[in-house]
Amino acid sequence: MQTTTDIKPQTAADANTSEEEVVHIEHLKKSFGSHEVLKDVTLHLNKGENLIVMGKSGTGKSVLIKCMVGLMDPDAGSISIFGQSIPDLNEKELNEVRKKIGFLFQSAALYDSMTVRENLEFPLRDNKEMNGEEKTKMVEEVLNNVGLIDAIDKMPSELSGGMRKRIGLARTLIQRPDIILYDEPTTGLDPITSREISHLIVDIQKKYGSAALVITHDLDCARITGNRVILLNEGLVIAEGTYDELENSHDERVCDFFK
Amino acid sequence: MTADKAIDDNTSPPEAPEAAKPSGIRALLIEVASMTQFSGRFFKEAFLPPYEINEFLKQSYLIGNKSLPLVGITAFIMGLVFTMQSQPTLAKFGATSWLPAMVSVAMIREISPVITALICAGKVGSGIGAELASMRVTEQIDAMEVAGNRPFNYIVVSRISAAILMVPLLVIFADGIALIGSFIGVNLSGHTSFNVFFGHVFNKLDFIDVFPAFVKTFFFGFAIGMISCYKGYNSNEGTEGVGRAANSAVVLASLAIFIIDMIAVQVSNLFN
Repeated sequence: MQTTTDIKPQTAADANTSEEEVVHIEHLKKSFGSHEVLKDVTLHLNKGENLIVMGKSGTGKSVLIKCMVGLMDPDAGSISIFGQSIPDLNEKELNEVRKKIGFLFQSAALYDSMTVRENLEFPLRDNKEMNGEEKTKMVEEVLNNVGLIDAIDKMPSELSGGMRKRIGLARTLIQRPDIILYDEPTTGLDPITSREISHLIVDIQKKYGSAALVITHDLDCARITGNRVILLNEGLVIAEGTYDELENSHDERVCDFFK
Repeated sequence: MTADKAIDDNTSPPEAPEAAKPSGIRALLIEVASMTQFSGRFFKEAFLPPYEINEFLKQSYLIGNKSLPLVGITAFIMGLVFTMQSQPTLAKFGATSWLPAMVSVAMIREISPVITALICAGKVGSGIGAELASMRVTEQIDAMEVAGNRPFNYIVVSRISAAILMVPLLVIFADGIALIGSFIGVNLSGHTSFNVFFGHVFNKLDFIDVFPAFVKTFFFGFAIGMISCYKGYNSNEGTEGVGRAANSAVVLASLAIFIIDMIAVQVSNLFN
Protein backbone atom coordinates (compact mmCIF):
# COMPACT_ATOMS: atom_id res chain seq x y z
CA MET A 1 0.00 0.00 0.00
CA GLN A 2 1.36 3.41 -0.90
CA THR A 3 1.54 6.28 1.54
CA THR A 4 2.33 9.94 0.91
CA THR A 5 5.91 9.38 1.89
CA ASP A 6 6.19 6.77 -0.88
CA ILE A 7 4.77 9.09 -3.52
CA LYS A 8 7.45 9.99 -6.03
CA PRO A 9 7.31 13.42 -7.65
CA GLN A 10 5.28 12.96 -10.81
CA THR A 11 2.88 14.99 -12.84
CA ALA A 12 -0.55 14.25 -14.21
CA ALA A 13 0.87 14.28 -17.73
CA ASP A 14 2.09 10.73 -17.07
CA ALA A 15 -1.43 9.49 -16.43
CA ASN A 16 -3.59 7.72 -19.01
CA THR A 17 -6.65 9.66 -20.06
CA SER A 18 -9.31 8.73 -22.60
CA GLU A 19 -11.45 10.72 -24.99
CA GLU A 20 -14.66 9.49 -23.35
CA GLU A 21 -16.46 12.51 -21.87
CA VAL A 22 -17.76 12.14 -18.32
CA VAL A 23 -18.76 15.78 -17.86
CA HIS A 24 -20.11 18.11 -20.50
CA ILE A 25 -21.09 21.68 -19.68
CA GLU A 26 -22.46 24.03 -22.28
CA HIS A 27 -23.22 27.77 -22.12
CA LEU A 28 -23.60 27.73 -18.36
CA LYS A 29 -24.89 30.95 -16.81
CA LYS A 30 -25.41 31.86 -13.18
CA SER A 31 -26.22 35.21 -11.61
CA PHE A 32 -26.81 36.46 -8.07
CA GLY A 33 -29.18 39.38 -8.35
CA SER A 34 -27.72 41.68 -10.96
CA HIS A 35 -24.24 40.20 -10.56
CA GLU A 36 -23.49 37.79 -13.40
CA VAL A 37 -20.95 35.31 -12.04
CA LEU A 38 -20.89 32.77 -14.87
CA LYS A 39 -21.63 34.42 -18.22
CA ASP A 40 -21.05 31.59 -20.66
CA VAL A 41 -18.99 28.60 -19.63
CA THR A 42 -18.52 25.60 -21.88
CA LEU A 43 -16.16 22.79 -20.94
CA HIS A 44 -15.80 19.05 -20.91
CA LEU A 45 -13.95 16.55 -18.74
CA ASN A 46 -12.66 13.28 -20.13
CA LYS A 47 -12.45 9.97 -18.30
CA GLY A 48 -9.27 9.72 -16.22
CA GLU A 49 -8.29 13.33 -16.93
CA ASN A 50 -7.30 16.05 -14.47
CA LEU A 51 -8.79 19.34 -15.64
CA ILE A 52 -7.64 22.49 -13.89
CA VAL A 53 -9.92 25.52 -13.69
CA MET A 54 -7.99 28.64 -12.80
CA GLY A 55 -9.00 32.25 -12.47
CA LYS A 56 -9.02 35.24 -10.15
CA SER A 57 -11.21 35.28 -7.04
CA GLY A 58 -14.87 35.94 -7.82
CA THR A 59 -14.73 34.56 -11.37
CA GLY A 60 -17.19 31.83 -10.46
CA LYS A 61 -14.94 28.79 -10.15
CA SER A 62 -16.58 27.49 -6.97
CA VAL A 63 -20.04 28.38 -8.30
CA LEU A 64 -19.24 26.24 -11.34
CA ILE A 65 -18.56 23.07 -9.33
CA LYS A 66 -21.48 23.74 -6.98
CA CYS A 67 -23.75 23.85 -10.04
CA MET A 68 -22.22 20.56 -11.17
CA VAL A 69 -23.30 18.72 -8.00
CA GLY A 70 -26.69 20.40 -7.74
CA LEU A 71 -25.86 22.60 -4.74
CA MET A 72 -26.82 25.56 -6.92
CA ASP A 73 -29.23 25.76 -9.82
CA PRO A 74 -27.83 27.30 -13.01
CA ASP A 75 -29.84 30.07 -14.68
CA ALA A 76 -29.20 28.73 -18.16
CA GLY A 77 -27.10 26.17 -20.01
CA SER A 78 -26.67 22.45 -19.59
CA ILE A 79 -24.65 20.26 -17.25
CA SER A 80 -24.38 16.65 -18.22
CA ILE A 81 -22.57 14.11 -16.03
CA PHE A 82 -22.37 10.51 -17.28
CA GLY A 83 -24.95 11.56 -19.86
CA GLN A 84 -27.49 12.70 -17.23
CA SER A 85 -28.68 16.29 -17.20
CA ILE A 86 -28.09 17.43 -13.61
CA PRO A 87 -30.65 20.29 -13.44
CA ASP A 88 -33.40 17.94 -14.66
CA LEU A 89 -32.88 15.18 -12.09
CA ASN A 90 -35.15 14.67 -9.10
CA GLU A 91 -33.59 14.39 -5.63
CA LYS A 92 -33.30 10.60 -5.67
CA GLU A 93 -31.71 10.50 -9.13
CA LEU A 94 -29.39 13.35 -8.18
CA ASN A 95 -28.23 11.49 -5.07
CA GLU A 96 -27.39 8.45 -7.22
CA VAL A 97 -25.23 10.61 -9.52
CA ARG A 98 -23.68 12.34 -6.50
CA LYS A 99 -22.46 8.98 -5.20
CA LYS A 100 -20.23 8.74 -8.29
CA ILE A 101 -18.78 12.19 -7.60
CA GLY A 102 -16.34 13.06 -4.84
CA PHE A 103 -16.11 16.64 -3.61
CA LEU A 104 -13.17 17.96 -1.62
CA PHE A 105 -14.22 21.24 -0.05
CA GLN A 106 -11.80 24.11 0.46
CA SER A 107 -12.23 23.77 4.23
CA ALA A 108 -12.30 19.94 3.97
CA ALA A 109 -15.74 20.17 5.67
CA LEU A 110 -15.03 17.40 8.17
CA TYR A 111 -17.94 16.66 10.53
CA ASP A 112 -16.53 18.14 13.71
CA SER A 113 -18.73 16.14 16.09
CA MET A 114 -17.35 12.86 14.71
CA THR A 115 -13.96 11.15 14.88
CA VAL A 116 -11.93 10.59 11.72
CA ARG A 117 -13.21 6.99 11.60
CA GLU A 118 -16.84 8.13 11.89
CA ASN A 119 -16.24 10.83 9.27
CA LEU A 120 -15.01 8.21 6.84
CA GLU A 121 -17.73 5.69 7.66
CA PHE A 122 -20.48 8.28 7.25
CA PRO A 123 -20.68 8.17 3.41
CA LEU A 124 -20.93 4.36 3.61
CA ARG A 125 -23.89 4.31 5.99
CA ASP A 126 -26.41 3.60 3.21
CA ASN A 127 -24.27 0.85 1.72
CA LYS A 128 -26.11 -2.32 2.74
CA GLU A 129 -23.80 -4.56 0.70
CA MET A 130 -20.87 -3.99 3.06
CA ASN A 131 -20.72 -5.27 6.63
CA GLY A 132 -19.03 -3.45 9.51
CA GLU A 133 -15.75 -5.32 9.06
CA GLU A 134 -15.54 -4.47 5.37
CA LYS A 135 -16.28 -0.83 6.12
CA THR A 136 -13.51 -0.73 8.72
CA LYS A 137 -11.10 -2.31 6.24
CA MET A 138 -12.02 0.28 3.64
CA VAL A 139 -11.56 3.14 6.12
CA GLU A 140 -8.10 1.83 6.97
CA GLU A 141 -7.24 1.41 3.29
CA VAL A 142 -8.10 5.00 2.32
CA LEU A 143 -6.37 6.34 5.42
CA ASN A 144 -3.26 4.41 4.42
CA ASN A 145 -3.54 5.90 0.94
CA VAL A 146 -3.43 9.42 2.35
CA GLY A 147 -0.78 8.48 4.93
CA LEU A 148 -2.87 9.17 8.04
CA ILE A 149 -3.77 5.80 9.51
CA ASP A 150 -2.54 6.99 12.93
CA ALA A 151 -5.22 9.70 13.01
CA ILE A 152 -8.10 7.23 12.81
CA ASP A 153 -9.48 7.93 16.30
CA LYS A 154 -8.70 11.64 16.44
CA MET A 155 -11.26 14.43 16.34
CA PRO A 156 -11.05 16.95 13.45
CA SER A 157 -10.12 19.69 15.95
CA GLU A 158 -6.90 17.78 16.71
CA LEU A 159 -5.75 17.84 13.07
CA SER A 160 -3.61 20.39 11.21
CA GLY A 161 -4.82 22.06 8.00
CA GLY A 162 -2.91 19.64 5.77
CA MET A 163 -4.14 16.64 7.73
CA ARG A 164 -7.74 17.87 7.48
CA LYS A 165 -7.35 18.15 3.69
CA ARG A 166 -6.03 14.61 3.50
CA ILE A 167 -8.81 13.23 5.68
CA GLY A 168 -11.30 15.15 3.52
CA LEU A 169 -9.71 13.50 0.50
CA ALA A 170 -9.89 10.09 2.17
CA ARG A 171 -13.60 10.64 2.86
CA THR A 172 -14.05 11.53 -0.80
CA LEU A 173 -12.16 8.41 -1.93
CA ILE A 174 -14.09 5.99 0.25
CA GLN A 175 -17.04 6.09 -2.14
CA ARG A 176 -14.71 5.18 -5.04
CA PRO A 177 -15.88 8.15 -7.12
CA ASP A 178 -15.45 8.26 -10.89
CA ILE A 179 -15.07 12.04 -10.77
CA ILE A 180 -13.45 14.09 -8.01
CA LEU A 181 -14.06 17.83 -7.69
CA TYR A 182 -11.34 19.66 -5.77
CA ASP A 183 -12.21 23.14 -4.50
CA GLU A 184 -8.89 24.90 -3.92
CA PRO A 185 -7.11 21.85 -2.47
CA THR A 186 -3.91 23.69 -1.52
CA THR A 187 -5.32 26.99 -0.25
CA GLY A 188 -4.09 27.90 3.23
CA LEU A 189 -1.31 25.30 3.26
CA ASP A 190 2.45 25.83 3.39
CA PRO A 191 4.39 25.17 0.13
CA ILE A 192 5.67 21.76 1.22
CA THR A 193 2.25 20.48 2.28
CA SER A 194 0.71 22.03 -0.86
CA ARG A 195 3.14 20.07 -2.99
CA GLU A 196 2.38 16.88 -1.04
CA ILE A 197 -1.35 17.36 -1.64
CA SER A 198 -0.72 18.04 -5.33
CA HIS A 199 1.28 14.84 -5.69
CA LEU A 200 -1.40 12.99 -3.77
CA ILE A 201 -3.97 14.19 -6.32
CA VAL A 202 -1.82 12.79 -9.14
CA ASP A 203 -1.31 9.55 -7.25
CA ILE A 204 -5.07 9.19 -6.76
CA GLN A 205 -5.66 9.83 -10.46
CA LYS A 206 -3.29 7.00 -11.32
CA LYS A 207 -4.38 4.58 -8.64
CA TYR A 208 -8.15 5.02 -8.97
CA GLY A 209 -8.33 6.12 -12.63
CA SER A 210 -10.77 8.84 -11.63
CA ALA A 211 -11.28 12.06 -13.55
CA ALA A 212 -10.83 15.27 -11.60
CA LEU A 213 -11.75 18.91 -11.90
CA VAL A 214 -9.41 20.98 -9.77
CA ILE A 215 -10.26 24.56 -8.89
CA THR A 216 -7.09 26.36 -7.90
CA HIS A 217 -5.11 29.61 -7.83
CA ASP A 218 -1.93 27.71 -7.10
CA LEU A 219 0.26 27.59 -10.23
CA ASP A 220 2.44 24.88 -8.72
CA CYS A 221 -0.62 22.71 -8.06
CA ALA A 222 -1.92 23.32 -11.59
CA ARG A 223 1.42 22.41 -13.11
CA ILE A 224 1.77 19.20 -11.11
CA THR A 225 -1.81 17.94 -11.29
CA GLY A 226 -3.24 19.19 -14.59
CA ASN A 227 -3.54 17.35 -17.90
CA ARG A 228 -5.41 20.36 -19.25
CA VAL A 229 -5.98 23.87 -17.91
CA ILE A 230 -8.90 26.25 -18.39
CA LEU A 231 -8.64 29.90 -17.43
CA LEU A 232 -11.80 31.73 -16.33
CA ASN A 233 -12.05 35.48 -16.42
CA GLU A 234 -15.17 37.46 -15.54
CA GLY A 235 -17.39 34.41 -16.00
CA LEU A 236 -15.98 33.40 -19.38
CA VAL A 237 -13.45 30.79 -20.50
CA ILE A 238 -10.64 32.83 -22.00
CA ALA A 239 -7.99 30.17 -22.54
CA GLU A 240 -7.64 26.41 -22.69
CA GLY A 241 -4.63 24.15 -23.18
CA THR A 242 -1.86 22.40 -21.36
CA TYR A 243 -0.10 24.21 -18.53
CA ASP A 244 2.94 24.87 -20.74
CA GLU A 245 0.79 26.24 -23.56
CA LEU A 246 -0.95 28.69 -21.25
CA GLU A 247 2.29 29.66 -19.54
CA ASN A 248 3.75 30.58 -22.93
CA SER A 249 0.59 32.29 -24.19
CA HIS A 250 0.84 35.79 -25.66
CA ASP A 251 -2.65 36.76 -24.50
CA GLU A 252 -2.21 39.61 -22.03
CA ARG A 253 -4.92 38.33 -19.64
CA VAL A 254 -3.31 34.87 -19.55
CA CYS A 255 0.20 36.30 -19.14
CA ASP A 256 -1.01 38.42 -16.20
CA PHE A 257 -2.19 35.31 -14.41
CA PHE A 258 0.96 33.26 -15.02
CA LYS A 259 3.42 36.04 -14.08
CA MET B 1 -35.17 20.66 -10.17
CA THR B 2 -37.48 19.76 -7.28
CA ALA B 3 -38.94 22.16 -4.77
CA ASP B 4 -37.31 20.16 -1.99
CA LYS B 5 -33.94 20.77 -3.47
CA ALA B 6 -34.63 24.46 -3.68
CA ILE B 7 -34.60 24.60 0.12
CA ASP B 8 -31.01 23.43 0.11
CA ASP B 9 -29.98 25.88 -2.57
CA ASN B 10 -28.71 28.40 -0.11
CA THR B 11 -24.96 28.24 -0.41
CA SER B 12 -23.69 31.76 0.17
CA PRO B 13 -23.84 33.61 -3.10
CA PRO B 14 -20.78 35.70 -3.76
CA GLU B 15 -21.46 39.41 -3.55
CA ALA B 16 -25.25 38.98 -3.50
CA PRO B 17 -26.58 42.51 -3.77
CA GLU B 18 -28.49 43.83 -0.77
CA ALA B 19 -31.10 45.42 -3.05
CA ALA B 20 -32.26 41.97 -4.14
CA LYS B 21 -33.35 41.03 -0.61
CA PRO B 22 -37.08 41.44 0.06
CA SER B 23 -38.16 43.43 3.09
CA GLY B 24 -41.22 44.20 5.21
CA ILE B 25 -44.43 42.23 4.73
CA ARG B 26 -43.07 40.49 1.63
CA ALA B 27 -40.06 39.18 3.55
CA LEU B 28 -42.35 38.00 6.37
CA LEU B 29 -44.64 36.16 3.97
CA ILE B 30 -41.68 34.55 2.22
CA GLU B 31 -40.32 33.46 5.61
CA VAL B 32 -43.68 31.97 6.64
CA ALA B 33 -44.01 30.15 3.29
CA SER B 34 -40.48 28.87 3.57
CA MET B 35 -41.05 27.62 7.13
CA THR B 36 -44.27 25.91 6.04
CA GLN B 37 -42.38 24.20 3.23
CA PHE B 38 -39.65 23.19 5.69
CA SER B 39 -42.28 21.72 8.07
CA GLY B 40 -43.93 19.90 5.17
CA ARG B 41 -40.61 18.38 4.23
CA PHE B 42 -40.10 17.27 7.85
CA PHE B 43 -43.44 15.41 7.92
CA LYS B 44 -42.72 13.89 4.52
CA GLU B 45 -39.25 12.62 5.45
CA ALA B 46 -40.07 11.68 9.04
CA PHE B 47 -42.31 8.83 7.91
CA LEU B 48 -40.06 7.57 5.12
CA PRO B 49 -37.21 5.10 5.71
CA PRO B 50 -34.36 4.99 6.43
CA TYR B 51 -35.00 6.09 10.03
CA GLU B 52 -32.12 7.73 11.87
CA ILE B 53 -32.81 5.92 15.16
CA ASN B 54 -29.31 6.31 16.61
CA GLU B 55 -29.15 10.04 15.87
CA PHE B 56 -32.70 10.48 17.22
CA LEU B 57 -31.75 8.73 20.49
CA LYS B 58 -28.54 10.75 20.75
CA GLN B 59 -30.39 14.04 20.23
CA SER B 60 -33.13 12.99 22.68
CA TYR B 61 -30.47 12.29 25.29
CA LEU B 62 -28.72 15.60 24.61
CA ILE B 63 -31.93 17.66 24.73
CA GLY B 64 -33.24 15.93 27.85
CA ASN B 65 -29.96 15.69 29.69
CA LYS B 66 -28.84 19.26 28.93
CA SER B 67 -32.12 20.80 30.05
CA LEU B 68 -32.89 18.59 33.03
CA PRO B 69 -30.96 20.48 35.76
CA LEU B 70 -32.16 23.92 34.63
CA VAL B 71 -35.77 22.76 34.24
CA GLY B 72 -35.64 21.04 37.63
CA ILE B 73 -34.22 24.05 39.52
CA THR B 74 -36.60 26.48 37.82
CA ALA B 75 -39.65 24.28 38.46
CA PHE B 76 -38.73 23.82 42.12
CA ILE B 77 -38.33 27.59 42.65
CA MET B 78 -41.56 28.30 40.75
CA GLY B 79 -43.54 25.86 42.93
CA LEU B 80 -41.98 27.18 46.13
CA VAL B 81 -42.35 30.89 45.33
CA PHE B 82 -45.85 30.59 43.90
CA THR B 83 -46.99 28.81 47.06
CA MET B 84 -45.30 31.29 49.42
CA GLN B 85 -46.77 34.28 47.59
CA SER B 86 -50.29 32.83 47.38
CA GLN B 87 -50.45 31.65 50.99
CA PRO B 88 -50.98 35.07 52.71
CA THR B 89 -53.75 36.05 50.27
CA LEU B 90 -55.60 32.76 50.69
CA ALA B 91 -55.13 32.97 54.47
CA LYS B 92 -57.07 36.30 54.52
CA PHE B 93 -60.09 34.44 53.14
CA GLY B 94 -59.50 31.36 55.30
CA ALA B 95 -58.92 29.30 52.16
CA THR B 96 -55.41 27.95 52.72
CA SER B 97 -56.75 24.43 52.32
CA TRP B 98 -57.29 25.33 48.67
CA LEU B 99 -53.59 26.04 48.19
CA PRO B 100 -52.47 22.59 46.92
CA ALA B 101 -55.33 22.45 44.42
CA MET B 102 -54.77 26.01 43.21
CA VAL B 103 -51.03 25.57 42.80
CA SER B 104 -51.36 22.24 41.04
CA VAL B 105 -53.96 23.50 38.55
CA ALA B 106 -51.93 26.65 37.82
CA MET B 107 -48.69 24.73 37.50
CA ILE B 108 -49.93 21.81 35.41
CA ARG B 109 -52.28 23.75 33.14
CA GLU B 110 -50.17 26.75 32.40
CA ILE B 111 -47.04 27.76 34.25
CA SER B 112 -45.00 24.59 34.07
CA PRO B 113 -45.56 23.82 30.34
CA VAL B 114 -44.91 27.41 29.26
CA ILE B 115 -41.87 28.02 31.47
CA THR B 116 -40.33 24.64 30.59
CA ALA B 117 -40.91 25.29 26.89
CA LEU B 118 -39.33 28.75 27.20
CA ILE B 119 -36.29 27.26 28.93
CA CYS B 120 -36.00 24.68 26.14
CA ALA B 121 -36.40 27.41 23.51
CA GLY B 122 -33.47 29.25 25.10
CA LYS B 123 -31.21 26.31 25.80
CA VAL B 124 -32.07 23.80 23.08
CA GLY B 125 -33.22 26.26 20.41
CA SER B 126 -30.07 28.37 20.54
CA GLY B 127 -27.91 25.24 20.62
CA ILE B 128 -29.53 23.68 17.56
CA GLY B 129 -29.66 27.00 15.69
CA ALA B 130 -25.97 27.72 16.27
CA GLU B 131 -24.86 24.13 15.62
CA LEU B 132 -26.67 23.83 12.30
CA ALA B 133 -25.66 27.32 11.17
CA SER B 134 -22.07 26.49 12.00
CA MET B 135 -22.36 23.24 10.00
CA ARG B 136 -23.75 25.27 7.10
CA VAL B 137 -20.96 27.86 7.27
CA THR B 138 -18.23 25.20 7.40
CA GLU B 139 -19.86 23.38 4.45
CA GLN B 140 -20.53 20.22 6.50
CA ILE B 141 -24.17 20.15 5.37
CA ASP B 142 -23.07 20.64 1.76
CA ALA B 143 -20.58 17.79 2.19
CA MET B 144 -23.38 15.46 3.32
CA GLU B 145 -25.55 16.69 0.46
CA VAL B 146 -22.95 16.05 -2.26
CA ALA B 147 -22.18 12.62 -0.84
CA GLY B 148 -25.87 11.74 -1.28
CA ASN B 149 -26.32 11.27 2.49
CA ARG B 150 -29.63 13.16 2.89
CA PRO B 151 -28.58 15.69 5.57
CA PHE B 152 -32.18 16.81 6.10
CA ASN B 153 -33.13 13.38 7.34
CA TYR B 154 -30.02 12.92 9.46
CA ILE B 155 -29.80 16.42 10.95
CA VAL B 156 -33.27 17.97 10.89
CA VAL B 157 -35.72 15.09 11.25
CA SER B 158 -33.80 13.58 14.17
CA ARG B 159 -33.61 16.90 16.06
CA ILE B 160 -37.23 17.94 15.55
CA SER B 161 -38.45 14.44 16.51
CA ALA B 162 -36.25 14.48 19.62
CA ALA B 163 -37.64 17.89 20.64
CA ILE B 164 -41.21 16.65 20.11
CA LEU B 165 -40.52 13.70 22.42
CA MET B 166 -38.39 15.38 25.08
CA VAL B 167 -40.27 18.65 25.75
CA PRO B 168 -43.41 16.82 27.03
CA LEU B 169 -41.21 14.55 29.19
CA LEU B 170 -39.42 17.59 30.61
CA VAL B 171 -42.78 19.23 31.34
CA ILE B 172 -43.96 16.14 33.27
CA PHE B 173 -40.69 16.24 35.21
CA ALA B 174 -41.14 19.98 35.85
CA ASP B 175 -44.73 19.39 37.06
CA GLY B 176 -43.52 16.87 39.63
CA ILE B 177 -40.65 19.04 40.88
CA ALA B 178 -42.90 22.15 41.05
CA LEU B 179 -45.38 20.25 43.24
CA ILE B 180 -42.55 19.14 45.52
CA GLY B 181 -41.44 22.80 45.72
CA SER B 182 -44.99 23.76 46.57
CA PHE B 183 -45.19 21.07 49.27
CA ILE B 184 -42.02 22.44 50.86
CA GLY B 185 -43.42 25.99 50.56
CA VAL B 186 -46.59 24.97 52.41
CA ASN B 187 -44.53 23.38 55.17
CA LEU B 188 -42.34 26.43 55.68
CA SER B 189 -45.16 28.22 57.47
CA GLY B 190 -47.14 25.32 58.84
CA HIS B 191 -47.42 21.58 58.74
CA THR B 192 -49.15 19.58 56.04
CA SER B 193 -48.36 15.92 55.54
CA PHE B 194 -47.22 14.59 52.18
CA ASN B 195 -50.34 12.41 51.86
CA VAL B 196 -52.74 15.27 52.65
CA PHE B 197 -51.01 17.67 50.26
CA PHE B 198 -50.92 15.30 47.32
CA GLY B 199 -54.38 13.99 48.17
CA HIS B 200 -55.72 17.53 47.65
CA VAL B 201 -53.69 17.91 44.47
CA PHE B 202 -55.00 14.77 42.78
CA ASN B 203 -58.57 15.21 44.02
CA LYS B 204 -58.88 18.58 42.32
CA LEU B 205 -57.10 17.75 39.06
CA ASP B 206 -59.46 16.80 36.22
CA PHE B 207 -58.81 15.22 32.86
CA ILE B 208 -59.52 18.61 31.27
CA ASP B 209 -56.71 20.14 33.36
CA VAL B 210 -54.10 17.58 32.42
CA PHE B 211 -54.86 16.42 28.87
CA PRO B 212 -54.85 19.74 26.92
CA ALA B 213 -51.80 20.88 28.88
CA PHE B 214 -50.00 17.68 27.93
CA VAL B 215 -51.03 17.78 24.27
CA LYS B 216 -49.85 21.36 23.78
CA THR B 217 -46.35 20.42 24.94
CA PHE B 218 -45.92 18.29 21.80
CA PHE B 219 -46.66 21.40 19.75
CA PHE B 220 -44.18 23.36 21.87
CA GLY B 221 -41.55 20.71 21.15
CA PHE B 222 -42.31 20.78 17.44
CA ALA B 223 -42.13 24.60 17.33
CA ILE B 224 -38.78 24.69 19.18
CA GLY B 225 -37.24 21.95 17.01
CA MET B 226 -38.65 23.17 13.72
CA ILE B 227 -37.82 26.87 14.16
CA SER B 228 -34.29 26.29 15.46
CA CYS B 229 -33.54 23.74 12.72
CA TYR B 230 -35.01 26.04 10.07
CA LYS B 231 -32.95 29.01 11.22
CA GLY B 232 -29.73 27.01 11.48
CA TYR B 233 -30.17 24.93 8.34
CA ASN B 234 -30.94 27.96 6.20
CA SER B 235 -28.31 30.26 7.66
CA ASN B 236 -26.27 31.77 4.85
CA GLU B 237 -24.54 34.84 6.17
CA GLY B 238 -21.16 33.43 7.17
CA THR B 239 -19.99 33.44 10.79
CA GLU B 240 -22.24 36.42 11.56
CA GLY B 241 -25.15 34.23 10.53
CA VAL B 242 -24.34 31.69 13.28
CA GLY B 243 -25.10 34.19 16.04
CA ARG B 244 -28.09 35.51 14.14
CA ALA B 245 -29.50 32.00 13.64
CA ALA B 246 -29.15 31.19 17.36
CA ASN B 247 -30.71 34.48 18.37
CA SER B 248 -33.64 34.38 15.97
CA ALA B 249 -34.27 30.70 16.82
CA VAL B 250 -34.79 31.64 20.48
CA VAL B 251 -36.89 34.73 19.78
CA LEU B 252 -39.16 33.06 17.21
CA ALA B 253 -39.54 29.83 19.20
CA SER B 254 -40.49 31.82 22.34
CA LEU B 255 -43.06 33.78 20.35
CA ALA B 256 -44.41 30.57 18.84
CA ILE B 257 -44.81 29.08 22.34
CA PHE B 258 -47.04 31.98 23.44
CA ILE B 259 -49.09 31.80 20.23
CA ILE B 260 -49.56 28.02 20.55
CA ASP B 261 -50.49 28.49 24.22
CA MET B 262 -53.09 31.09 23.32
CA ILE B 263 -54.61 28.79 20.68
CA ALA B 264 -54.51 25.82 23.08
CA VAL B 265 -56.44 27.78 25.73
CA GLN B 266 -59.14 28.68 23.19
CA VAL B 267 -59.40 25.10 21.95
CA SER B 268 -59.52 23.56 25.46
CA ASN B 269 -62.18 26.09 26.51
CA LEU B 270 -64.37 24.77 23.70
CA PHE B 271 -64.38 21.36 25.43
CA ASN B 272 -64.88 22.80 28.92
